[in-house]
Amino acid sequence: MATHESHKKRSGLMDWLTTVDHKKIGILYLLAGGFFFLIGGLEAVLMRIQLMEPDSKIFTGELYNQLLTMHGTTMIFLAAMPIIFGFMNAIVPLQLGARDVAFPYVNAVGFWLFFFGGVLLNLSWFLGGAPEAGWTAYAPLSTVAEDTGVDFYVLGLQIAGAGTLAGGINFLVTIINMRAPGMTFMRMPLFTWASFVTSGLILFAFPALTVGFFLLMFERVFDANFFNPDMGGNILIWEHIFWIFGHPEVYILILPAFGIISEVISTFSNKRLFGYSAMVFATVLIGFLGFMVWVHHMFTVGLGPVANSIFAVATMAIAIPTGVKIFNWIFTMWGGQIRFSTAMLFAVGFVPTFVMGGVTGVMLSVPAADYQYHDSYFVVAHFHYVIVGGLILGLFSGLYYWYPRMFNRVLNETLGKWNFWLFFIGFHLTFFPQHWLGLMGMPRRVYTYMSGQDLDGANFVSTIGAILMGAGTIVLLINIIISASSKYATTKDPWDGRTLEWAMPVPTPEYNFAQTPLVRGLDALYVEKTAGNGEMTPAEPVGEIHMPNGSILPFILSLGMFISGFGFIYSNWYVAGAGLGLVLITMFLRSIIDDHGYHIHKEEVEADIKGGRA
Amino acid sequence: MNAGERLTDANFPAHPEKATLEGKNKFLGFWLFLGGETVLFATLFGTYLGLRNMHLEGPSGAELFSLPLVFLATMLLLTSSLTSVYAVLSLKQNKVRSLQGWFLVTLLLGLGFLGLEIYEFIHYVHEGHTFTSSAFGSAFYTLVGFHGAHVLFGILWITTLLARNWNRGITLSNAPKYYLFALYWHFVDVVWVFIFTVVYLMGKVG
Repeated sequence: MATHESHKKRSGLMDWLTTVDHKKIGILYLLAGGFFFLIGGLEAVLMRIQLMEPDSKIFTGELYNQLLTMHGTTMIFLAAMPIIFGFMNAIVPLQLGARDVAFPYVNAVGFWLFFFGGVLLNLSWFLGGAPEAGWTAYAPLSTVAEDTGVDFYVLGLQIAGAGTLAGGINFLVTIINMRAPGMTFMRMPLFTWASFVTSGLILFAFPALTVGFFLLMFERVFDANFFNPDMGGNILIWEHIFWIFGHPEVYILILPAFGIISEVISTFSNKRLFGYSAMVFATVLIGFLGFMVWVHHMFTVGLGPVANSIFAVATMAIAIPTGVKIFNWIFTMWGGQIRFSTAMLFAVGFVPTFVMGGVTGVMLSVPAADYQYHDSYFVVAHFHYVIVGGLILGLFSGLYYWYPRMFNRVLNETLGKWNFWLFFIGFHLTFFPQHWLGLMGMPRRVYTYMSGQDLDGANFVSTIGAILMGAGTIVLLINIIISASSKYATTKDPWDGRTLEWAMPVPTPEYNFAQTPLVRGLDALYVEKTAGNGEMTPAEPVGEIHMPNGSILPFILSLGMFISGFGFIYSNWYVAGAGLGLVLITMFLRSIIDDHGYHIHKEEVEADIKGGRA
Repeated sequence: MNAGERLTDANFPAHPEKATLEGKNKFLGFWLFLGGETVLFATLFGTYLGLRNMHLEGPSGAELFSLPLVFLATMLLLTSSLTSVYAVLSLKQNKVRSLQGWFLVTLLLGLGFLGLEIYEFIHYVHEGHTFTSSAFGSAFYTLVGFHGAHVLFGILWITTLLARNWNRGITLSNAPKYYLFALYWHFVDVVWVFIFTVVYLMGKVG
């Protein structure tokens, strides 16, 4: 077999800019997503400071609108999804027993598109003001806004969204085509299942958003008339398109958290997951129903009682598979040998918190009642209970759980527990009072309220809670900094794990598995542990391993999109054309340069195995 | 065997486009991508259907559309789909010259279609039906223009693919690429059939 000599070892910054290794891309996603999480969190704390006292005048008017728009947009698109993608990249191929993802190059393109899209959006703060039409960018708020904020929103998210779609397809193909021998669908770990369904949702939800952004961009940049009633347009088209994407989006966010919780609870209860096949079925069913319910965001629009009722019933139906999951997590813990590590604390804290968010979700799904709750703080409380109390607690849990695998170090457990309690108590202090604020009539998206209306106390408590959540996050940062200065952990399996990602040495070799493992049951590693083997049985002899070459092209391609984004925002067609030209040149180079990757020789792999490095 | 090596009749697999893992991945990934594209066009169709009668003072679809011209464009595109089928049949028989010939015909027919569409758009603008004249105008040019952009991208794709592989024969590396282009081209064609029905036929009969 011919060995390709094109392989260049890169180091330092160039290694990170050109990497196509899914483990490194996972770290990049986590770092970039974590950075945007801090920015989005800062925006939230600033809003809560404004709302701490009645009639406060710190961040008012347009600035407040920018803060709330950027908080929502950043947290959903630039923090939550990238962090999920970080875990998917770092863990899914390992859980499958795969050497790589299906399209390593496309994977890198996906990351850099997200990154440059996020940077473009946030540059709006410095270039004439951030978008101020809310994260939903409802027409006509978004179409008539005079400054360039909404243009940054449209172009930045369009670029980032293209990256997300690429990532979704990549994971679908990876999971379908690249499972190790014996890894049947019904033996896949729940996190991989959740990633699979999430990727499917991305595939069918994001193109709708792509079209929505194109329409809004054409409306603003080329004077189209989709949403302008004077010219025959209809603003409801934007709302429908946005929520046809937007509702599945919340399941894109929450399903991976469900997956993480399933892994963590099973591992730290030292039991296999209760009702595994019911969990898989519930995940798929939630994914399916997620597409059927977008109109519950539009009950007060006036689509009529028939449409409202159908979508109300479909919405309520989601509570059933979700309830199945909740009970299965509880039954997994029942009778288990529970170890309350930080990861497990976050997972256990998740369960009742998410249930509370789910209950208010069912309350909101009654159209008649929704007329009362609509656009009040009750809605704010509901979705933060689901997204923060569900997704973010899940992500924290996953971070503490997988940190040893991703960064070869264990986070400090004492600081971790401080992080959990500060964040958990802060969270409930922030959002629980908001249910009452909403029922008392406090509208969302409004920067002030008057004193003497019984809104003061709850708002004050809410702000204190937000500051506690911030403090919890700072403890996490300290923990990460301390761990970064410590040595590599020597243990490859710190939690007595059950799934394949714990079967490799630390640090994970670039080719993951020296020999593709043979999977002989659910919780593949645990099966081998109980059989007395302690490690996976290989499914193939030691041989040459084929690896993809790194490439700078994904970075340049995304840079081209970034440049053309500026061109469209400022209606400078030369810049827009130059950016798109750069994209086409990159695609052209990618297609004419033959790149078949390189091979790691059998002797090297054997040496790694002998030295305990593979 | 090296994926870039020219295949001979002796070692030619039954499905060269998915004989390697890379090929299998591309095959599946591209089908999924087309699933996403279906949502993209469905959203555009939905927008068009919501706005197609909002032509205000400007000419309506019934006044604008010329069925003979659109029919000719349709025939060009449908025929180009047929020739790409012949190209894929040649691919599976390891006949590289015949593959190149059929794809060249596909390319020329695609260019003919694109030329007719450009002519059609210029004609409509002269009739007062522009992108900004009404919601109907915006929706029409966006839907049909997205399809046209897909045709243009396909033309650039097959041109690059043919030029790059002109002297290479069929390999396990380029067979999936040819095959995927053909899939893409059929998809673009199917979308056109819907545009022909929803935009032009429904536009004519109301």
